[in-house]
Amino acid sequence: MKHLILSTAALALSAGLALADGHGKTVRLGTEGAYPPYNFLNDAGEVAGFERDLGDELCARAELTCEWVTNEWDSIIPNLVSGNYDVIIAGMSITDERDEVIDFTQNYTLPDPSAYVAASADVDLENGVLAAQTNTIQAAFIAESGATLVEFATPEETIAAVKNGEADAVLADKAFLTPIADADPDLMMLEQEELIGGGIGLGLRESDTELKEKFNAAITSMKDDGSLNALLTKWEISGQF
Amino acid sequence: MACYLTTGKHMSIYFSVITVLVLLAITAPIALLFGFGGASAARSQIAPLRWFGKGYIAVVRGVPDIAFFLFFVIALDQGIEYLRHKVLCPDWSEPIRQGNDFVVCQAAKMPLGSAPQWVHETYGFALAVLTFAIVFGAFAANVLFGAMRAVPRAQLETAEAYGMTQRQTFWRVLVPQMWVYALPGLSNLWMVLIKATPLLFLLGVEDIVYWARELGGTKTPRFTDYPHGDWRMWYFLALLVFYLLFTRVSEVVLARIMARLTHGQATAAGEAQRKAAVA
Repeated sequence: MKHLILSTAALALSAGLALADGHGKTVRLGTEGAYPPYNFLNDAGEVAGFERDLGDELCARAELTCEWVTNEWDSIIPNLVSGNYDVIIAGMSITDERDEVIDFTQNYTLPDPSAYVAASADVDLENGVLAAQTNTIQAAFIAESGATLVEFATPEETIAAVKNGEADAVLADKAFLTPIADADPDLMMLEQEELIGGGIGLGLRESDTELKEKFNAAITSMKDDGSLNALLTKWEISGQF
Repeated sequence: MACYLTTGKHMSIYFSVITVLVLLAITAPIALLFGFGGASAARSQIAPLRWFGKGYIAVVRGVPDIAFFLFFVIALDQGIEYLRHKVLCPDWSEPIRQGNDFVVCQAAKMPLGSAPQWVHETYGFALAVLTFAIVFGAFAANVLFGAMRAVPRAQLETAEAYGMTQRQTFWRVLVPQMWVYALPGLSNLWMVLIKATPLLFLLGVEDIVYWARELGGTKTPRFTDYPHGDWRMWYFLALLVFYLLFTRVSEVVLARIMARLTHGQATAAGEAQRKAAVA
């Protein structure tokens, strides 16, 4: 608690400073906080993970004051466009449907193959029951295949659905599923993978072109000096720029 | 175990328990006030006021809570920002609605974009209190409206016969006597309000159900010092016990208030009380 008060005090102070020297506003970064290794809440209850490291570094390079906010995945886009925060940094793949509503920066991960995790190896992926999180590229993929889709609001529930037999397998980003399949003896990763999605980017309001250019420049500089690759290796996300 | 239960994350769930209790403590009196205002308005002699009171009760009671929570809060938030935008940034030329985006100038943001996170949370909390108060105020208004009509007509006629004005009759005779008729309905509302607090999460306030789900979720060893499987059941069980205890305590307190209000009333329970005192 003391720590919380201290950190809010520090935040208030830094926000005040930023305003004073004319750097302008605080950029609020919205994330889900339930999708390791991309973003999750650590034991202290703070946002952590690949995107935490990345976001802090991008803000430092773009000379922005940033603040982290968590929001349900389901309402993460509506709350961006109505202005509750300024950036979505939540492992969100760049897709055409989303691009109609919001804008994306360039991608900061290569398309991560989506993988299946199931309780046994002989699952019928063509006609079985597959779990995925609502409003994800994986859910859209299953909906178009012949399999039956069951959707859940949180990633956690998709795994639980496989464990209790409600679904035959779960389809999600491989980087998310790998540590789960490793830690749980009852679950295994299937060999089949799906190449969907165009990599992950930051989501911004379509009217926020200036902010988008700042982040694009910061991402480019991280790609150029290899620091983005170092982060990807640290958090074991496949694909190097 | 002790270490596990005192991680920063667990501190957040303890803190959210306080948030819920504070919300109830603030919302209940405000909702009651809204209810009292609504019921009084619905009984008013002045037609427009009466229409307003009846309209409030009918509309809010008729709209599903979830729809109300999703729509009203966004509309209220954008309404406030729109007004501030008009006042603070008169020379702003760009449109406020750009496609899907709702864009107001920085100075009109509510709270300011540069404000620390706790201000945002307090603002969200205040919106939550207001929304809960409006929703539950409508139900309370209906209960109080009924309770006001349940006060025996003879009581009011007697007051009038003594030469009391309308206003005096209302405050001195009607209001003190109506509570005994209102309490069963109001206690129901209180119970529902306690159980409705998880709707807080819809408003962006992280409540106990959110934290129970987050804490109970599977933790893999790579991302935490305290890995465990799916413990949500246990966390939700703890919540169940918490809510049961809380409603039980409420029942006890409400029963005491009821006994007090019944005293000297011309109801069956009041009569029983009188006989018990005599015997």
